[in-house]
Amino acid sequence: MDAIVVKNLRKEYAGFTLRDCSLTLPAGCVMGLIGENGAGKSTVIRCLLHMIERTAGDIFLLGKNIDDKDFDSVKESVGVVLDEAMFPPVIHARQLNRILKNSYKNWEETLYFSYLKKFSLPEKLPFSKYSKGMKMKLSIAAALSHRAKLLILDEATSGLDPVVRDEILDIFNDFTRENDCSILISSHIVSDLEKICDYIAFLHQGELLCCEEKDRLLEKYGLIHCTKADFSAIPAEAVIGKKESPYGIEALVLREKISADLAVSPVGIEDIFLYFVKFGK
Amino acid sequence: MNLFIDNKSGSPIYDQIFTQMKSHILTGVLPEGALLPSIRALAKDLRISVITTKRAYDELEREGYIYGVAGKGFFVAKRNPSLVYEEGLRKIEEYLQHAVFLAAECGLSKNDLHDMLKILTEEDHRS
Repeated sequence: MDAIVVKNLRKEYAGFTLRDCSLTLPAGCVMGLIGENGAGKSTVIRCLLHMIERTAGDIFLLGKNIDDKDFDSVKESVGVVLDEAMFPPVIHARQLNRILKNSYKNWEETLYFSYLKKFSLPEKLPFSKYSKGMKMKLSIAAALSHRAKLLILDEATSGLDPVVRDEILDIFNDFTRENDCSILISSHIVSDLEKICDYIAFLHQGELLCCEEKDRLLEKYGLIHCTKADFSAIPAEAVIGKKESPYGIEALVLREKISADLAVSPVGIEDIFLYFVKFGK
Repeated sequence: MNLFIDNKSGSPIYDQIFTQMKSHILTGVLPEGALLPSIRALAKDLRISVITTKRAYDELEREGYIYGVAGKGFFVAKRNPSLVYEEGLRKIEEYLQHAVFLAAECGLSKNDLHDMLKILTEEDHRS
């Protein structure tokens, strides 16, 4: 079963349109949503969660259309962490446990407290006194503690230090590999996404540029460094984008269209994205 | 069994797993009939994609090194000695061909190349 299916999603705002976005996230996989500020990442996520009405398109979460009347039964299985944590400011982590225990059928108290300990979150400090990182960690702890089959995270790792981010990525890794659960995560921090994602989706100005398996992307593209004369010999359809300086050219190319005698070096997701949107033809 | 994934090497990750597992099978580190780690477990431990792991296993299965049993997992297939030998020969030829090509490019004589090989093989024996 696919965890997320989005078909021709469209959302029109004054001055911004998310156009024909279609993507599929198979169960047990992690998809990363990459895009610059205002690219439409949060719009996609808000549409998925039915926080805003979309203009057109169909959305299925865990096999169920989000417009169905009995979609509420699926909500229990979806964990959500948004870029701004939304717990009441006066309550503390212990009280939150009591509230969530009564809201989720599958709430696991012991798991919740084990995450609190793991993230070193004080149990009796009011939420408003938490730092940004602590707030985020508490939201993640809560999202992971009700046996969700699908996690949707919007900029969840931003604002956290590298050590904690890595810890959380480890938890996400276990979460998807052991239990066949799925994650959709958006982030500016491309290196995080590169570490855990199976699929990468590039959003740019409301348009989905590509949605592909991460390892295939890394295999498909490469960087070349060459002189202007050498560059002119490369077939135009092989070049995705280029950076020119007085000392030479660096270009993102399709490996299969490049002759074997040119040295092609490996490229990261961040560079692929930059070449797509910034240095593209 | 050791497996090393190098994200910076530029060689595809599925290929790195495929090549290393193949060599473990050919050298007997993974004996015939051994049960391989499940795709999910391997992906989890190496922190790599499930799809990529599956691709490596599929490739190994297609080339006859392992076989899948529904509901049980993947096992190391019976080793075909002549296949192993052929694979070795094929590789040696390929590398030598490459060396000959490079030697011609550098203007190296046949004798120089022979000497080089001789030195290399002698060093190999010592180490």
